Amino acid sequence: MIMVTKLPKTDVVTVGVGWTGGIIAAEASKAGLKVVGLERGGNRGTANFAMKHDELRYAIRGELMQDLSRETLTFRNNSDQRALPMRQYGSFMLGNGVGGAGTHWNGMTDRYNPYDFEIRSKTIERYGESKIAEGLLIQDWGITYDEIEPYYTKFEKMAGISADETPLRGERSEPFPNPALKHGPELDLFKETTKKMGLDPFTIPAANNSQPYENPDGQHLAGCQMNGFCERFGCEYGAKASPNVTVIPAALKTGNFDLRPNSEVIEVLHEGGKATGVIYVDTRTGEKFEQPAEIVAITSYTFNNNRLLLNSKLGTPYNPKTGKGTIGKNYCYQIIVGTDGFFDDRKFNTAIGSGGLGATLDNFNADNFDHTDYDFIHGGTIIMNQSGKRPIENNQVPPGTPSWGKEFKEQSLKYYNRMVNVHTYGATLPHVDNYLDLDPTYKDVHGNPLLRMTFDFSETDRKRGKFLNDQTKKIMQEMGATHVSENESVEHYDITKYQATHNTGGVIMGADPETSAVNNYLQMWEADNVFVVGGSAYPHQSGYNATQTLGALAYRASEGIIKFSKDGGKLA
Amino acid sequence: MSNHDEKHLDANGSSRRKFLKSSGMAVGGIAVGGALGGLLSMNGKGEETSTATATKETQPAQQHDQALEYFTNRADFDLLGQATERIFPEDDNGPGAIGLGVPYYIDHQLAGKWGINAKDYRQGPFFEGELNQGYQSQLKYHQIYDLGIEAIEKYSQATFGEGFTALDGEKQDEVLVALENDEVDIPGLKSSFFFEILRKSTLEGAYSDPLYGGNKDMQGWKMKEYPGVQMSYSADQIASEEFIEIKPASLHNTHN
Repeated sequence: MIMVTKLPKTDVVTVGVGWTGGIIAAEASKAGLKVVGLERGGNRGTANFAMKHDELRYAIRGELMQDLSRETLTFRNNSDQRALPMRQYGSFMLGNGVGGAGTHWNGMTDRYNPYDFEIRSKTIERYGESKIAEGLLIQDWGITYDEIEPYYTKFEKMAGISADETPLRGERSEPFPNPALKHGPELDLFKETTKKMGLDPFTIPAANNSQPYENPDGQHLAGCQMNGFCERFGCEYGAKASPNVTVIPAALKTGNFDLRPNSEVIEVLHEGGKATGVIYVDTRTGEKFEQPAEIVAITSYTFNNNRLLLNSKLGTPYNPKTGKGTIGKNYCYQIIVGTDGFFDDRKFNTAIGSGGLGATLDNFNADNFDHTDYDFIHGGTIIMNQSGKRPIENNQVPPGTPSWGKEFKEQSLKYYNRMVNVHTYGATLPHVDNYLDLDPTYKDVHGNPLLRMTFDFSETDRKRGKFLNDQTKKIMQEMGATHVSENESVEHYDITKYQATHNTGGVIMGADPETSAVNNYLQMWEADNVFVVGGSAYPHQSGYNATQTLGALAYRASEGIIKFSKDGGKLA
Repeated sequence: MSNHDEKHLDANGSSRRKFLKSSGMAVGGIAVGGALGGLLSMNGKGEETSTATATKETQPAQQHDQALEYFTNRADFDLLGQATERIFPEDDNGPGAIGLGVPYYIDHQLAGKWGINAKDYRQGPFFEGELNQGYQSQLKYHQIYDLGIEAIEKYSQATFGEGFTALDGEKQDEVLVALENDEVDIPGLKSSFFFEILRKSTLEGAYSDPLYGGNKDMQGWKMKEYPGVQMSYSADQIASEEFIEIKPASLHNTHN
């Protein structure tokens, strides 16, 4: 029998220490609560990133990513197929280690649109209920934009977000803490062209600080050096806001935060609708520990939040046949398509850039345009990045060029600095056929079932994707590209091709315990001392970069945790 | 051509010899200029050298990482080199895969953790899935390379009556097209799958940091006008309307 060592009780334990775990650790420990942060990966910081300019090691081989030999998930397009393990990375990259994916994100920081939070009500109000296609499970989030706004502001001040204005997005209570990053002529071209087309372009809010910045917690961020290598890499200057240089040191400074790397939580212990703590394994020694806690905050990535609840038998699993239950429901992704433009008469400094740097517009996002004549709702943001192009991953050639050999080489070299891309992050809406549950066959390194993803784009996702790709193509043609790529396929979701690490849902928030797993404080309806925080809480996936909303929700959850520690009970 | 030159060409893949042959350019005592100079270069700096002028004193340090840590049979390594050269050939822009050290890059990768799929999920059962479910083979990358190289050789013999390295460039391309179109039998996997890995590895070897054995002297980056490892760009550089030529640097510069 394996011994489990029982440790002294703490006020709060977080499962994972990335953005959401880090924010909760900082806020709760500042309020005087004792917090234990359990992170299955190792510790790391700015000093570990001196060799970061290594595309092969970090971007291709995924140095900072979760080791799939220990744990992955399985995937199928629909429930008639056999789900098979994602044996290597493709569509998304799973973070690992202190800071989580917040260590190696690009830094694009979008607020979701006011429409998102009341998507069902607002759609019915404008178009009538028949506008919502059969099978779609869209629902209001149980929180309005005005209610989440203060938490967005809090995240922006903590991270030092650099931006000027954001037309067609929700109203802001305060200006951005730093001015927008400077950019190159390719983004000027995008902005000038789209302005002429009657659209409203602006510079994307970025967590890559445009100047040195001290945040309200007294943490210092450096100014961005514009040398690229952000997404999939840590920042060697501490200029990109990450949990490692903001909320984690702020939490440690209080003396109330006990950060434990190499600690992999495998079970939430619970009894009679209350969690009593968690079981974790020291990944170095294999020793098992029980960490009792008053409050359990499940703060890992979307997939592990779902898997831990299912493996712990906490909450009611979603049943796609009956529509009952909530855990695993409303899994969503994004439809990411775009257009490459090849310029014979322009040459850009494509190596210069920053992860969060780009120009964007919201004219085709949310309900910012009239959908009366379209057979889909929602949309997506249109983006042109200047993130610093890297040479292994970028060998684009004009349509009709072979993919290897003499002509390929010639054209891929010629256009390396003459190719730019405009793409979309398109919303995908929850569908009855898309969900997460436990795989019946495949196991992780501890012998626990892997999570199984059943997902494909639904019919309206495809229509939205095609519409958005038509817009990116039109913009690229107006920008004067000599050659323009063909539209991308939006037929079936493909797990092998990188799109974005924007997986959401499964433990969704809402106002009704019948249709949601957590309330608007991210508190579980079925266990009121458990808070499940992350992209897992999004009832649908919008057309934006996904990080800031989970950061805002983590601030909201922190408030709930502090309140619950005093008064207990249901917060909403 | 001196014996020394001959030996050197062999050591770097006989496609150089074949390229010269098939390009119709004369070698052996005749000055070969332009991009071909790099082909004959021994010092790895794009300077033309010959055994006549390169004395022991002027010869730069040997590149000690140009030896094999995975392949055991020279013929396999030469076949691999020539296949990568067809994917990324020498031309007026500069060296091809062989000149960039791509075959050594692949050899070294196969000997390391990538070659044994160390970070992949490897538990069974294994089933052939849909294409969009990704890699489901029982085989590890190093085994795929072994089987793929063997299959290319077999296919060449069966189709042309000659081994792959004896074929001219056009015929080698035909073999690679067959590989790409799933027309080459490889036990346990589709041949297009091996082709994609081979193509991807070739580009990795051309453009990864030189520390991995490819991108020799950053020539891959130079051809692409990619500046490599730069620690900072100024506001003027960011706003520049003109393309700025920047001398590339590598991780060696950062570390030393």
